[in-house]
Amino acid sequence: MAFTSSGNLSSAEMSTRDAIGAVNRAKRIDKIFAVGGILVMVIAMGLLFALIGDLVVRGLGRIDYDFLTSFPSRRAERAGILSAWVGSILVMLTTAFLAIPVGVAAGLYLEEYARKGWLSNIIEINVSNLAGVPSIIYGLLALGLFVYGLDLGKTILVAGMTLGLLILPIVIVSTREAVRAIPRVIKEGAYGLGADQWQVMWHYIIPAARPGILTGAIVGLSRAIGETAPIITIGALTFIAFLPPAPVSGDFPFINFDWLTDGFTVLPIQMFNWISRPQADFHVNAAATGVVLMALTLSLNGIAIWIRYRLRREHHN
Amino acid sequence: MAPTRIPNATELVASGFVARRKLLSRVMSVLLFLCAALSVFVTTAIVVILVSESWEFFAQVSIIDFLTGTMWTPVFANPQFGVLPLLLATLQTAALAMMIAVPMGLLMSIYLSEYANPKVREIMKPALELLEAVPTVVYGYFALLVMTPFLQKFIPGLAGINLLVPGIILGIMILPYVVSVSEDAMRAVPNGLREGAYALGMSKWQVALRVVVPGAFSGITAAFILGMSRAVGETMVLAIAAGQNPNLTFDPREGAATITAYIVQVSLGDLPHGSLAYSTIFSTGLVLFIMTLGFNLAGFYLRKRFREAY
Amino acid sequence: MTNMPDKRAAEATTDADQPPIPPRKEKAPLRARVENLNFYYADGFQALRNVSMPILDRQVTALIGPSGCGKSTLLRCYNRMHDLYPGNRYEGSVILEPEGENLIGPDADPVLVRLRIGMVFQKPNPFPKSIYENVAAGLRVRGVRNRALIDEAVETALRRAAIWDEVKDRLDGSAYDMSGGQQQRLCIARALAPNPEILLLDEPTSALDPIATAKVEDLVQELSKDVTVVIVTHNMQQAARISNRTAFMHIGQLMEFDETSKIFTNPSHPRTEAYITGRYG
Repeated sequence: MAFTSSGNLSSAEMSTRDAIGAVNRAKRIDKIFAVGGILVMVIAMGLLFALIGDLVVRGLGRIDYDFLTSFPSRRAERAGILSAWVGSILVMLTTAFLAIPVGVAAGLYLEEYARKGWLSNIIEINVSNLAGVPSIIYGLLALGLFVYGLDLGKTILVAGMTLGLLILPIVIVSTREAVRAIPRVIKEGAYGLGADQWQVMWHYIIPAARPGILTGAIVGLSRAIGETAPIITIGALTFIAFLPPAPVSGDFPFINFDWLTDGFTVLPIQMFNWISRPQADFHVNAAATGVVLMALTLSLNGIAIWIRYRLRREHHN
Repeated sequence: MAPTRIPNATELVASGFVARRKLLSRVMSVLLFLCAALSVFVTTAIVVILVSESWEFFAQVSIIDFLTGTMWTPVFANPQFGVLPLLLATLQTAALAMMIAVPMGLLMSIYLSEYANPKVREIMKPALELLEAVPTVVYGYFALLVMTPFLQKFIPGLAGINLLVPGIILGIMILPYVVSVSEDAMRAVPNGLREGAYALGMSKWQVALRVVVPGAFSGITAAFILGMSRAVGETMVLAIAAGQNPNLTFDPREGAATITAYIVQVSLGDLPHGSLAYSTIFSTGLVLFIMTLGFNLAGFYLRKRFREAY
Repeated sequence: MTNMPDKRAAEATTDADQPPIPPRKEKAPLRARVENLNFYYADGFQALRNVSMPILDRQVTALIGPSGCGKSTLLRCYNRMHDLYPGNRYEGSVILEPEGENLIGPDADPVLVRLRIGMVFQKPNPFPKSIYENVAAGLRVRGVRNRALIDEAVETALRRAAIWDEVKDRLDGSAYDMSGGQQQRLCIARALAPNPEILLLDEPTSALDPIATAKVEDLVQELSKDVTVVIVTHNMQQAARISNRTAFMHIGQLMEFDETSKIFTNPSHPRTEAYITGRYG
């Protein structure tokens, strides 16, 4: 500050000059910060987009009708992902069917029923911890509990339950946030009409929270669809050249649940399997599977973001 | 029979409607409670399964040997059960990830919270969310088949399977999460504090570094701790690109199995359930669970403290 | 409709020298009474101190007083709204006549209480549903499924709330597309549809413009022909215009309760006088 020998300057002039210098310096640092922020963002995003682009370039050409309708094969050019995408869809159905009702119920309880106390505190810490438990630990839980404890086998049902537990915290947290956002006056209005707690939940809270709950459920499912580790841990086979029995049939009762107890494979497992092969041809298959997987998860997330965006616009109006 | 007029309260009681409704409400509240309690059950089940399945293991291998041994060779004729090689690889990749994620994440969240105009933020936040959704197996593909061959051209001695690349990819992978949590924390700092600082003549970066970052410190720390927890527990990137061989090394150019990669390797193999070697996946899983539990609780506590502060 | 403000202006000039409402129904039977009511919020704050007052059948009773005096707290005791938040505590009794049932007694069920006593809130709070479903909401809560019956009740309630003509062509439209005044009358219709024994109004016009306020006030007077109304208002002129009885409250205590004309022309308590003449509050 005082390195200028300024014997003939008044102190007021000097401090003004110092101040201007300081402001200019601050402006320069500001610029560095802004440029640095953008640069980091561009580097990180650019790297990711380059990687994704690379994946698409390598994989997209491999995706054709045969690829989608063939079973895996020892010959890379004849292999396909039929059993994988069918398995992914069936596992997702099971996961959604289990995790969404339970997660919504738990979220409702925590937000609307639980009195503040040690029990609700414990449950809250718990949910927050579960959200951060590595997915492979869920795999070990499922292996010990479902596969060996309950002897349910390495089936679609077990995979669905495992992934259901995995995304439960996501559904719970998004339900709580959606319920918390409902104006108090709406709730009071419903109670004021003589509705009891469950009527208020069923007719007012759940419908009003539906978009938020839906967003959370979709985000959860998109995470589940890409999960590999817990499925590997429960010992899912990686070479499946058959389809589970169709859930819908022409005969009475039209719907059957035999597929739940069938072996299966899913897209990320198939991709992992092909990455692990030394031959480059299989790597192309892996890239193609990756493109399908990315398209699925990104479009699911895109839908969730769109719902949230629309929701926010409604709130503003 | 359908009523011909609107029933009043007395009639609703007399017809049993109120009692039925009350019962339903009661049943539902119990059901909802059970669903909420399931989360506690899951945690308990995780602990019970991990402990009971590794009980046999710790009966035969002392915890001291397990935690201090430097050789991990469960399937050798003379098996060694020292978890340090796995632990070191796990911590090394996580540390590499943090070296990427902390500075980049801090800069990005300061930029998004303090500098970026609302439009950029509106686009960046969902974009970050989308990136969070990329399946980890895809990141594994990037690490093994794209990044490693590319970096091998510049880094001499970089093996095809190494710790460096998965570490970097891991850092990029947790970046969106870290940025979104710490940006939320920074934005939660009350505007009054910012205005006060601007009124003192501070410039943007001074406000950011002297007011916003200290004000959001516990929230930002929570973001990094939770990011660390994710890096430690991540599986597929490491199983694919860091290899599945236990290797006690400090050289990130070499490959080494992390805890998670080891569990994957055993799961893919044909070790029989009940054997000592097989039970190692539960004992190492227990180590992993305890580590992430510590991070998660610390993150939870810091975030809670932060929310209470504002 | 457009001449409504003029009509009001005409009335106001006559209000000056005679009581705003003819003292009809002087011997109205008792509909409810509050006795030695104390109320404590969860944080321990005592919002009502030993309040005792009657509510007369098919009259409009106004609760007035400076903000924080406990008038809304008292109103929300009648339908046990306070039970929605844990830790709140009542002492004393709120008796519904002629049965003599204590609404805050140990065996009283808050839900059952709310099935008998309707409420309209400070801010219009229609549900995010159609106009029709908003009015039908109370009927659905009571398990009514007969479509013809609901149609009829919805129309009756909308007519009683003087909004039928405005909405009859768009019953399936969203309630959020209405103006604030219409929304509040819709909320009144919603509360009226199940035929409540008492209708509670918690500052129903505080969020409305003067024209919408006038409509709601006319409506309240019209309603008192066949419904017992308790209304909280921060607007003394409003109390003077529409109520038969007025209770003046101050820091959780009931200072004075009497015929509205008496309160506004010849208050017996100096505090009441200070408040209604605008010297404090």
